[in-house]
Amino acid sequence: MSTNKPLTKNIQIGRAPFNFQQYQAAGGYESVTKALSMVPRDIINLVKDSGLGGRGGAGFNTGLKWSFIPEPDGGPRYLVVNGDEMEPGTFKDRLLMEHDPHLLVEGIITASIALQATHAYIFLRGEYKVAEQCLHKAIAEAYEAGMLGKNIQGSNFSLELTLHTSAGRYICGEETALINALEGKRANPRFKPPFPQVSGLWGRPTLVNNVETICNIPGIVKYGIEWYKSLGVNGQAGTRISGVSGRVKNPGCWEMPVGTTFRTLFEEYAGGMQDGYQLRAFLPGGGSTDFLMPEHLDLPMIPSEVAKAGSRLGTSLIMVLDDKTCPVGCVHNLIKFFAHESCGWCTPCRDGLPWAEHILRKLEAGEGSMKDIDILKEMCGYMAPGNTFCALAPGAAEPLQSGLKYFMDEFVEHVNHGCKYHKH
Amino acid sequence: MSNIIASTAPKARQLTPEEIHEIEHEKKHYPYAQAVGLEALKIVQKYQGWVSDESLLAVAEYLDIPPDELEGVATFFNLIYRRPVGKNVILFCDSVACWMLGCDSLKEHITKRLGIDYGQTTEDNLFTLIPVPCLGDCDRAPTMMVGNQHYRNLTPEKIDEIIAEYRAKG
Repeated sequence: MSTNKPLTKNIQIGRAPFNFQQYQAAGGYESVTKALSMVPRDIINLVKDSGLGGRGGAGFNTGLKWSFIPEPDGGPRYLVVNGDEMEPGTFKDRLLMEHDPHLLVEGIITASIALQATHAYIFLRGEYKVAEQCLHKAIAEAYEAGMLGKNIQGSNFSLELTLHTSAGRYICGEETALINALEGKRANPRFKPPFPQVSGLWGRPTLVNNVETICNIPGIVKYGIEWYKSLGVNGQAGTRISGVSGRVKNPGCWEMPVGTTFRTLFEEYAGGMQDGYQLRAFLPGGGSTDFLMPEHLDLPMIPSEVAKAGSRLGTSLIMVLDDKTCPVGCVHNLIKFFAHESCGWCTPCRDGLPWAEHILRKLEAGEGSMKDIDILKEMCGYMAPGNTFCALAPGAAEPLQSGLKYFMDEFVEHVNHGCKYHKH
Repeated sequence: MSNIIASTAPKARQLTPEEIHEIEHEKKHYPYAQAVGLEALKIVQKYQGWVSDESLLAVAEYLDIPPDELEGVATFFNLIYRRPVGKNVILFCDSVACWMLGCDSLKEHITKRLGIDYGQTTEDNLFTLIPVPCLGDCDRAPTMMVGNQHYRNLTPEKIDEIIAEYRAKG
């Protein structure tokens, strides 16, 4: 029996996640059996043709990313699952890991069969203590059932799976920084090329994929492309977890067809704004995306459509900014986060972000000048793509540049009169 | 002068059998010992409360990692404490979703109740207050952790209850 909620069909908030037997009884681990009977390259092509895009924020075609891995040479090959969820306003991977850990484990095994990986690592955020317990239990159960380890289900395929818990650093979301962290090094990003598919973890072929991306794999392999394409709307394939935080009536995250509009998410799922608050703007997919305005609510949540409106879909968990919260203060909070989380490797990020934070603090305190606003504008250019070593600073610049674009009168007001908003 | 430096420089302590046992368990999962560096620091911190110079040197020696490289890792990650902390570490989320829902005034409330600011520890050594980036619980903001425990939809009253609970535990 196929489903139209492949990511959350087993999730029921309030009850413990399925154990191995329960999960298997609900049709779990069937994609492993199927994948073992397939040619690995065919699985990669299947995932490519399904149209699945990475759910970590960049949205790159997953199968295409996989296809760059070279043929096996007898040495180790790695799959690393990025569960270091730390993008401000993002809380979807937590849901998947805490409530259906076996779906992730199944996805990892099936993906590893396609990639002919020998060892998979889950790189989990250190603060996610509940997810850690759930995953530990699920992995142990899968080993016990012969779903992990040597000769899985009597095949020639063997796989080790290790849960690695990190210790809190946003930059680990950058895949080469994550690889350095997993090697026990300071998590600075690496120069690309070579890309991890060719030379990643310990110099070996490595794929890094987001938790939700991997959770899509069992369904695609089990039910095929036609089924997957039937799940989306507005010409899109599959489902994804989108959500809302901020002063809405019903904040949360839900699985919905890819291509759903922001309005459906905001009004039907999240119930619109709380009484007494108006929607001023929203960040469409995490702290590192440009603000969008109420007139953008009818856009479908498709990366290319959101790009046309001058932002990025990112993680598709939107944060709403209400009319009683200071937009300059909001940008200041975001830039403070990015300044703290800069790894310090390259100058525009290491020096630019703390400087921008300093200026925004001055503006909030009513000590800013018009010159400061010009400097902020200039800095968005210094931190633009191509001027930095990785995507952290360009991402940080997105709410700043769009904040300046949409709320310039508020910035000027701060220069003249300081912040008029009530401090929460 | 060199003698003075040598006599005051911290030296590696002996790792405990429990610490060694757990570090050895972790080593099985990685082809190189260096990969266990962060995990070993976390293990040491679990038993000692924080990572002293003596602990850091001990881990570096045990895993054969240059101490400065391990220090580079220890100081990089938010959750490795290179200074002593209180019995309960409050990780207070100050990122954007919590900020929009009023975490600044809640932080002031904690500061008033406990008499400590970020990075400080109460005199009775029960609490240390540290800001933490987005805890991924934005639909139930404001939020914070105390040790491994997560607290959501915080209000000043709820915070008072949580503090009382940990005080009662002593």
